[in-house]
Amino acid sequence: MDYIDPHIHMVSRTTDDYATLARMGCVAVSEPAFWAGFDRGTADGFRDYFRQLTEVEAARAAQYGIQHYCWLCINAKEAENVELSREVIAMIPEFLDHPGVLGIGEIGLNKNTRNESIVFLEHMELAIKYEQPILIHTPHLEDKYQGTRMILDMLNGDSRIDRSRVLVDHVEEHTIAAVLEDGYWAGMTLYPISKCTPQRAADMIEMFGPERLLANSAGDWGPSKPTAIPDLIFELRRRGHSEDLIRKVVYDNPREFFAKSKNFQFQQRV
Amino acid sequence: MPSPADATQLLDRHFLEVRARLLEVAATLDRLDRAEGEVTRDARREQIATAISILADAKPGRAERLQRLFSRDYKASWRADMQV
Repeated sequence: MDYIDPHIHMVSRTTDDYATLARMGCVAVSEPAFWAGFDRGTADGFRDYFRQLTEVEAARAAQYGIQHYCWLCINAKEAENVELSREVIAMIPEFLDHPGVLGIGEIGLNKNTRNESIVFLEHMELAIKYEQPILIHTPHLEDKYQGTRMILDMLNGDSRIDRSRVLVDHVEEHTIAAVLEDGYWAGMTLYPISKCTPQRAADMIEMFGPERLLANSAGDWGPSKPTAIPDLIFELRRRGHSEDLIRKVVYDNPREFFAKSKNFQFQQRV
Repeated sequence: MPSPADATQLLDRHFLEVRARLLEVAATLDRLDRAEGEVTRDARREQIATAISILADAKPGRAERLQRLFSRDYKASWRADMQV
């Protein structure tokens, strides 16, 4: 089955991974800007990273017939440095008309601090000003519930936000209901230890239905599995779910959400 | 939306993996007991004990309740408190 991985950090993966994804049926990926494993020191460091996302990765993916899209921001972890964050936010518009840039992301919170919240709100302003969709990272482990509620407070508190153009990612059992009930898209991240397994993701699909629900691998440089979406497909098939339901979650829904961006020029496989 | 698989099929499929995971928890608790030192008053040990009681009760939503148990509290007044 053709599928789309709506959240994967291919700059951290090998070319062999692109080949494997292609063999497994992956036809497109979207790559949010994230933390590189160390704090970058300058806005120019981010400019180089955005060039990598918009130029290098797109070309690398194309060699395997995979369409590559991306999202730009300074991530929540580095957002603790407000001065640097403002320099990066001021530079992002240079890239927004680049083919393949879908919007602002993955913005969010990490430790739910005041500085992270300030930078989140300034990213929101950027997205509103340039009419960009938003992809949001929610925190890990014990910080997730509090951080997700804080993020929803900030989004819900601004009437200019079009909720149909916002994806709140890394939802789990204790955060998915609030995200969907408030009208946002929700992403489930399939991780070996933290976040959720393919089995628990399948449970959430059964409990909440497939509307506005996406699944991703969030494959990166840490413990993660870039082929996690085929694992979810396999789990749903084992339970006897229809191909239509599976396709909606792993293919139709990402296409519908990404189409909120004018830069999403998807080429369907014929 | 219910799972197309019925309860017996699901139990057949998951019994051995649940058994294995429960044994891992039991063996880890035994290991803590055998180790030098004392963690009975450690908040994490207390969380584990509460989590096990949640698993044993008959109410639904165990996964969500476990997630909340392991989560920091949310205060609706956070924006005013942080002056954001």
